[in-house]
Amino acid sequence: MNIQFRESLEAASPPTTKTAIADCDIHPARATRTELYPYLAKRWQHHLEIYGVHAYQGMMEGPPYPKAQPNASRRDAYPPEGGPQGSSLSFMQKQLLDPNNVQLGVLNPLNTGQGIRNHELSAALCSAINDWQIDKWTSKDNRLKGSIVVGNEDGLSAAAEIRERAGDKNFVQVLLLSRNVEPLGQRRYWPIYQAAEEAGLPVGVHAFGFGGNPITPSGWPSYYIEEMVGHSQCQQSALASLVLEGVFERFPKLKMVMIEAGFGWAPSLAWRLDKVWQRLRSEVPHVKRPPSEYIREQVWWTTQPMEDPERREDLFDVVNWIGWDRLLFATDYPHWDYDEPSRVLPAGVSDANREAFYLGNAKKLYGIS
Amino acid sequence: MARHVIAAVDELPPGTRKFLEIDGRPIAVFNIKGEYFGLMNRCPHQGAALCEGPLIGLAQSKDPGEIEYTKLGEIIRCPWHGWEFDIRTGQSYCDPRRFRVKAYPAQVEPGARVVKGPYVAETIPVKVESDYVVVEL
Ligand code: FES
Repeated sequence: MNIQFRESLEAASPPTTKTAIADCDIHPARATRTELYPYLAKRWQHHLEIYGVHAYQGMMEGPPYPKAQPNASRRDAYPPEGGPQGSSLSFMQKQLLDPNNVQLGVLNPLNTGQGIRNHELSAALCSAINDWQIDKWTSKDNRLKGSIVVGNEDGLSAAAEIRERAGDKNFVQVLLLSRNVEPLGQRRYWPIYQAAEEAGLPVGVHAFGFGGNPITPSGWPSYYIEEMVGHSQCQQSALASLVLEGVFERFPKLKMVMIEAGFGWAPSLAWRLDKVWQRLRSEVPHVKRPPSEYIREQVWWTTQPMEDPERREDLFDVVNWIGWDRLLFATDYPHWDYDEPSRVLPAGVSDANREAFYLGNAKKLYGIS
Repeated sequence: MARHVIAAVDELPPGTRKFLEIDGRPIAVFNIKGEYFGLMNRCPHQGAALCEGPLIGLAQSKDPGEIEYTKLGEIIRCPWHGWEFDIRTGQSYCDPRRFRVKAYPAQVEPGARVVKGPYVAETIPVKVESDYVVVEL
């Protein structure tokens, strides 16, 4: 039923904005199963062939929930030379970077070495994916910058990977996921924050992950649609944990980026935290200031999936609380819930805020001139 | 309203679609079991090339637990966010009041009529003895 033919790709491309933008959530994919092998010791290549990977997550044949589109990606993003969506630099340039005038694109590789029970394998795969980011992407297009992927469940090897990459201009942040074995503020993760702070790198917390916990606090839901909304609940508990375990207090120069879980919930979470902190602060004396202060000073938010309330005034209220200097535009290319740059921000935003939203905030945070 | 010859009938067999640009507008024409439909190939949501999505049916539920799957092959699902549109009418199923995609009538005309006009043959060399798919816009 779905045979297609077409005159040309150009004829089918949607209209795009020419405003220069940063895209702070791009997902590069591997074209083949063995694409990382050149970056892995023989020992680990053989291990993968013999044993595969063993994640904290059950249901290992694929993700815990079905996805809405093949590879959870846009159906029009298959590269013409074959391979999954997001696996071709030249097609990414043609479909995303060039027509949208992307000046900075931050890569967040998923399904890498994170959340694997064998910590040595996890560290080896993360290091391989970092080498691969340089070789295949960032060294070939200087608009693209990588995220240092780390073996998140082993703070020491993660910190070692960060220290090894510190100062390398190919990377602009450290990447964690929101679903881990424990809430992200807990001490097993502190070495990561310490190393990131020392390296001057923000830590991005991207939705998803393989911690083995359900996406909702009330158990495993039935539907993918529940996973989609569950990401915001998951990031809320991660952020509450970061504040209440005193991570921001211990690492005052640490910058966190909440990626792909929305931001509309930020004010109400902060209000609630402040309120209970006033009553229960003696339980957490290491949290010296109202939680909202840490959040406003040390947290940034990517936009995709961009909040889309019925009244644009409601959106502006939320952003005014968060701050127009805190949002980082993202498309989530090539994933299916991609946000089109020219369509996400309603009218009525000043030129200065618009520029900050699309480009300025990201350049400042990631230190790109 | 101009009528455009966009393909010879054999070029667009059942189950296929053709993408083209007419007067600067991206259009897709479908052959669904011998019926022809034209749609603007731009999603009213965020502008994806809508017609690159799969043709599916419509899952509906009158009451929880009762699911009806109808209009098989008549619903186009956007390749980006999956909004569903009826290719017969362009109607959106998730927000029919605010969004619809423009539908263009398409049908088959015999070569003899096409040659007489008023039709615009785009890139198709037209012969009197065959039939053509014609879109109106
Ligand atoms: S662009 Fe088609 S559903 Fe969003």
